[in-house]
Amino acid sequence: MSHAHTLRAEQLSLGYGERSVVENLDLSIPPERITVVVGANACGKSTILKAMSRLLPARHGAVLLDGKAIHEIPTKQVARTLGLLPQSPIAPEGISVSDLVGRGRHPHQGMLSRWTADDDAAVARALDVTGTADLADRAVDELSGGQRQRVWVAMVLAQQTELLLLDEPTTFLDVTHQVEVLDLLTDLNRDFGTTIVMVLHDLNLAARYADHLVAIKGGRLYAAGAPSDVLTETCVRDVFGLDNMVVPDPTTGKPLVLPLGRHHVATAAR
Amino acid sequence: MTATLAVKPVAHRVRRPVPVRVLGGLGLLVVVAGVAAASLTFGVLDVGWDDLVAGIGGAQDTTAQAAVLKRVPRTVLGLVVGAALGVSGAVMQGVTRNPLADPEILGVNSGASLAVVIGMVFLGLSSQVTYIWVAMLGAAVAAVFVYVVGSLGRGGATPLKLALAGAATSVALGALVSAILLPRAQDMQSFRFWQIGGVGGGSWSTIGLVLPFLVAGLLLSLASARALNSLALGDELAVGLGQNVSRARLLAAVGGVVLCGAATAVAGPIGFVGLVVPHVVRLLAGIDHRWLIPLSALGGAALLTAADVLGRLVGGNEEIQAGIITAIVGAPFFIWIVRRQKVRDL
Amino acid sequence: MTTLTEAPSTIEVVTTGRARRARRRWLVHVGLALAVLAVFWLSLMLGRTYYPASDVIAVILGGDVDGASFTVGTLRLPRAVTGLLVGFAFGLAGATFQTMLRNPLASPDVIGISSGASAAAVIGILVLNLSPTAVSAMATAAALVTAFAIYLLSYKQGGVANTRLILIGIGIAAMLSSVVSYVLSGAAAWDMQVAMRWLTGNLNGATYERTLPLVIAVVLLAPVLLWLLRDLEAMRLGDQTAAALGVPVERTRVLLIVVAVALMAFATAAAGPIAFVAFLSGPIAARILGPVGSPVLASGLFGALLVLVADFFAQYALGTRFPVGVITGALGAPFLVYLLVRSNRSGGSL
Repeated sequence: MSHAHTLRAEQLSLGYGERSVVENLDLSIPPERITVVVGANACGKSTILKAMSRLLPARHGAVLLDGKAIHEIPTKQVARTLGLLPQSPIAPEGISVSDLVGRGRHPHQGMLSRWTADDDAAVARALDVTGTADLADRAVDELSGGQRQRVWVAMVLAQQTELLLLDEPTTFLDVTHQVEVLDLLTDLNRDFGTTIVMVLHDLNLAARYADHLVAIKGGRLYAAGAPSDVLTETCVRDVFGLDNMVVPDPTTGKPLVLPLGRHHVATAAR
Repeated sequence: MTATLAVKPVAHRVRRPVPVRVLGGLGLLVVVAGVAAASLTFGVLDVGWDDLVAGIGGAQDTTAQAAVLKRVPRTVLGLVVGAALGVSGAVMQGVTRNPLADPEILGVNSGASLAVVIGMVFLGLSSQVTYIWVAMLGAAVAAVFVYVVGSLGRGGATPLKLALAGAATSVALGALVSAILLPRAQDMQSFRFWQIGGVGGGSWSTIGLVLPFLVAGLLLSLASARALNSLALGDELAVGLGQNVSRARLLAAVGGVVLCGAATAVAGPIGFVGLVVPHVVRLLAGIDHRWLIPLSALGGAALLTAADVLGRLVGGNEEIQAGIITAIVGAPFFIWIVRRQKVRDL
Repeated sequence: MTTLTEAPSTIEVVTTGRARRARRRWLVHVGLALAVLAVFWLSLMLGRTYYPASDVIAVILGGDVDGASFTVGTLRLPRAVTGLLVGFAFGLAGATFQTMLRNPLASPDVIGISSGASAAAVIGILVLNLSPTAVSAMATAAALVTAFAIYLLSYKQGGVANTRLILIGIGIAAMLSSVVSYVLSGAAAWDMQVAMRWLTGNLNGATYERTLPLVIAVVLLAPVLLWLLRDLEAMRLGDQTAAALGVPVERTRVLLIVVAVALMAFATAAAGPIAFVAFLSGPIAARILGPVGSPVLASGLFGALLVLVADFFAQYALGTRFPVGVITGALGAPFLVYLLVRSNRSGGSL
């Protein structure tokens, strides 16, 4: 990996129709690290991710991929550099795992060019890395939620991009499968230097897996930096409107957020 | 959809103060009276005030008075059928918790059409009385079929699934109608006049025939109003509120289907009245079915009669049937409702 | 990502799986194509009178065979060519819409694309007393305009949502169908018969002259559609996934709609809106093909097969000569029930 790709947002404003969702956002994604975006519901996290992956045009400002406005780069070229796993991708009925993962090769194939040995190799690699090789001939419909999510990750891996954006890759998974998917993404980052950007709901998992944590509040950047710098009691209160206590995680030393309900505030203060 | 019907009309508050509803109801009554008067007045021969009054009184000394007398049953039929369609739409939208429920969209009309054709061709039926029975049966079968099929699977009866099931059913039944009629020119003749919805052929005898059904349907619908209010919150909540959900839904649905079946039987397929009226009335009266149902009756009566008058005025000597007018007015309204909804709710 | 070691077993699994899928695709398409050719050929030989293959070949080569020249050359051949092309076009367009909208019920005939053509044709026949060719031209134009209107009305906030497109199409179709009934109600008995036949869809008036626009449309548009299939396949994974894979989603969607609607329009103009061919072909082709790739081409082949077989059946099997649409409509009704139940239960697409 001679030089890593860079991705950043400059004075970015986004919205749907009349409604403005994100305003004047400056955000830089550190290359070859794991960035996690957190924030309350409807704060614009997913919108930001869509804009960073050129799915949503900017109203003002721009998203810059390697210093160039992402909307001016041919979309196929972007797809060879940057992969995105949206929140709810759709698996065609009956499609097999290896077929679905093969769909990730789309940006590497021309309209007329045939499927090559490179494509097969990329699919095989993606299956191996995600531990889904033994599912290759199964239908995606039959898989469990965790397996299915790993297959989708394999699909974006087959795309062979150095940047990987994931919108809530752990939703609808139980805690075991959440950890499984996050471990897999960490492997990708550590072993291959893949830059990862993802939206997560669970603050504690976010703190544990992120190298770089971004907190969004009301469509604006609240704080960004190392988890232990960002995830403070004040931050959680401001961003989520939640009374809380932050203690060091006994296993990793990273911040651990303990929510305080109305009935527990007094005990905590004591 | 649960949330949509219950919450969507938030823009015009959930509970309307009673005066607004009363005033709205009175206003609608005035509109109905005005439209009815217009229906007696206008046509190939426009009549003056004196003749109008005399004609209603039963006099037929002048042509004008005779024209009025002839227009009385037509007007009454328009009012009654319109009211039935309006109520039927309100009830069906409530039962299915679906803002797009309408006899035309749900394929109920095509069920009635096919039944009438089968009755004409294979059972040798030829009188209005018998048409009514088979049309009602056909409407009911189609309604149940479309609803059951549309509510299978994830998410229950979403507007999209119901509308698609209804549209596809309409196409299928339409193909069967052509298959039966094509080699039979004679039947095709009589059917096409039935097929196009209108109240021009209204007579006291046809009104008398359907009136019992309409009254029964109306009573059932009114009796279901309270249950429909609970159903609007979703089945689980309705059960929690002590509602016997399946029975309430069945009774209300029977009321709705009887109303639109009987209306279709006398007036032919008329689309979009059942769709448009409840939405407009909701703007006026909020979402309480105890108000929504009676006001929809008034609104439906006004709309269909107005469409009938308009068809007479626009068409000149060859009047345009009310069903055409309502479709041309109603389809844009349907599109407006679709565009207004969030995609997720569809 | 270059340092990864490859497990040979995985790559073998991937390669053999892909080869298996490719083989199946090939077998199904070739098999369907052969079936279409066989039925096409039989429909030239068989009928009220039987002509041996040698006569048929002679006629096709331009020879003059007593009786066969008229029956085969003037009646059966144009009819079979039209049936084949109409079915092919309907099948392609239907599966394209169903795949794109991810709903097996959302074929162009159900969501109102052909309703514009029907309304125009009825007006052309009954009100304007146009010639068949002029009716065809008007129907084509009307189908295109209707589809464009549906697309525009579904456009909101920079995109077209599938659900909105379907529902608005249904609303427009309901409106246009009442226009059709209105025009029919004022018609003279004989014209009414003509119009009803047109509305059901039939191949009776098939001539080369009337079919020529369809021939041109298929030759020009089918390759474009096949060229778009790769992007359409990516769009089956959802609009966002497809966009992330580098598919220009909205542009592809517009192109697909334009091509499919045009195929639909020209086919409708040539033979009327033959009920359910567009609707039935996609799901059946998808069943035959299995989940190994795009069902669009297979659907086109199946559509051709369906129209040819149904037309033969409609002409000779029932005593009266029915329009082909009666048969496909009657087949469609029970299949519709099956499809509704099945697709709604699984919540799935094609």
